[in-house]
Amino acid sequence: MEYVIQLIFSFLATASLCVIFNAPIKAIPYCGLVGAVGWMIFYSALQLQLTEVFASFLGAFVVAICAQGFARRLKSPMIVFIVSGIIPLVPGGLAYNTLRYFVEQNYTLGLETGIRAFLISGAIAMGIVFSEVIFQLFVQFMRNSLTSMQSFSRNKRRQ
Amino acid sequence: MVNEKNDELALDCLLLAGQIMMESGAETYRVEDTMLRMARSQNLDAQSYVTPTGIILSLGKQQKTKIISISSRITDLHKIAKVNNVSRKLTLKIITLDEAYDELRMIQKTNYFLPIWLQILMAAVSSACFLILFKGTWFDMPAAFIAGGTGYLALLAIQHLTKVKFFSEFFASFVIALVAFSTVKLGYGNEIDKIIISGVMPLVPGVLITNAVRDMMAGHLTAGIAKGTEAFLTAFAIGSGVAVVVAFY
Repeated sequence: MEYVIQLIFSFLATASLCVIFNAPIKAIPYCGLVGAVGWMIFYSALQLQLTEVFASFLGAFVVAICAQGFARRLKSPMIVFIVSGIIPLVPGGLAYNTLRYFVEQNYTLGLETGIRAFLISGAIAMGIVFSEVIFQLFVQFMRNSLTSMQSFSRNKRRQ
Repeated sequence: MVNEKNDELALDCLLLAGQIMMESGAETYRVEDTMLRMARSQNLDAQSYVTPTGIILSLGKQQKTKIISISSRITDLHKIAKVNNVSRKLTLKIITLDEAYDELRMIQKTNYFLPIWLQILMAAVSSACFLILFKGTWFDMPAAFIAGGTGYLALLAIQHLTKVKFFSEFFASFVIALVAFSTVKLGYGNEIDKIIISGVMPLVPGVLITNAVRDMMAGHLTAGIAKGTEAFLTAFAIGSGVAVVVAFY
């Protein structure tokens, strides 16, 4: 039951924030789906007693895989789905608590919370980049194509 | 002569594409990649230097170089998708450079945002949903709904009135904290912390932080640091807006 509630509300939260970020209208349901999948992975990982950093990494990894799939299918850039997918994962609450502790002059706890927020956002970015590279290597294995990052560095080298 | 004019057009077209993408919050490496792809499809050997505050583009050793400065950055995924579409069509030679330039000019002028009342309603809905995700109680949901909605309304109003950066975030989070405080005082909410956190979720720069790290990993160290600084200042503005209320509380 708890899982169903979390699934519904993460879908709603992501889809409604997509309206604010002005995602293309036909992509909004897919954005909500990506966000819900990412949050469910994160939530289940936390229930399995994994650390929050690793849970965020796993969530972002799956988000990026879904985003790649939808980006190919709907012919939209990947950032549309990535941005929406990571909305529930980003440590907004922790960033808020950090500043709150600083204001209350609780510097030690503030620093600790700040570092937690920094590590989580780093883990999210790592998860996205890792899955982008792995997915593209897989596709390249099947077909002959490059990630934007790979073609970018290859062009740099060519120049 | 014809060739020179064409180069000029290509330069303008590429810069416009880069500018729109950067102003809509795309990742720096993707902006550079799009510009270079478009240049290659026109058989141009372009060099670019992209930062979040400006783009320098040159068409080669003997050719002209242009700079464009970027002053405001928002998140507008629809525009990124549109520019991406134009770039794809240009690369596949479905449209010519002239048509691409016209389309880009059109995209730059058009406002793709949905009506404001819908945006405010959606901010309120998402705040209410985040409350449940953050393990809040059902009882606090209306409070979070109102806090998120009024906060986003305040953000839009201040952004409309003044162009000063970070002040709108400061004021919006101040309003959110005030609403949360009053609802708790009036007995319509229990946990002030959770109401505030879910209320500020539409404002937090999570996307900026993540894009900053991704840019750094793609080798754009300058862009990553600039975006990280912007994210930090936004977070600081939100935090201090809340702090003003908490200090009295």
